[in-house]
Amino acid sequence: MKLRVLYFARLRERLGVAEESLDFAGTTAADLVAQLQARGGAWTEELAAGRAFRVAVNQDIVALDARLTDGAEVAIFPPVTGG
Amino acid sequence: MKILVQSEAFDLGAEVDALRQGRTDVGAIASFVGLARDMNEGSGVQAMTLEHYPGMTEKALAALVAEACGRWTLLDVTVIHRVGRLLPGDPIVLVAVASQHRGEAFAACEFIMDYLKTQAPFWKKEETPQGERWVEARASDDAAAARWDQP
Repeated sequence: MKLRVLYFARLRERLGVAEESLDFAGTTAADLVAQLQARGGAWTEELAAGRAFRVAVNQDIVALDARLTDGAEVAIFPPVTGG
Repeated sequence: MKILVQSEAFDLGAEVDALRQGRTDVGAIASFVGLARDMNEGSGVQAMTLEHYPGMTEKALAALVAEACGRWTLLDVTVIHRVGRLLPGDPIVLVAVASQHRGEAFAACEFIMDYLKTQAPFWKKEETPQGERWVEARASDDAAAARWDQP
């Protein structure tokens, strides 16, 4: 399936990308994180288990076991700091 | 209900007036304004830039206002959050809640701010004498939001 993946704030800067389209053969948000983590460098470091980041699917924050669907907008970002 | 994400400043007096305009059933309006501080984590802050996730931000703010309306009897709510570059002393966020009695207005205003701090996709980057840095999320903000989960 195809996904649109967005990155924000510190993660966007560390990973050097704001948005990308990618082919995804897995099922869940955790599978996507594993696929991205396998890219090495900052990807491996920032998305490692125990690192604080959030995943949103179609603009709702989800748990990593959430299932992804074709065409979904997935966003990965640090814990929020507004207000 | 009024929910805005904008770069422009807002006027607390005008927003509070708007909540009671043309009605006489409002008995209480509680409001909160968050400001950009000149100091954080032990160093001076010369400016900050607020980034957000357009689309999700408005949706997340609407969801937390809806949650507040489910918990308390509210007559109207205004939430305005600024984005872009702000200087020390600049207002960042406004929450104003109108209800019949003060209890609901105070509680809902605090609830909305506590949830906004942990749920709404905004991120602050500070300019300090040592360079730029992203603000880290605070455990105390998670704790403040979590106390509303208790029965």
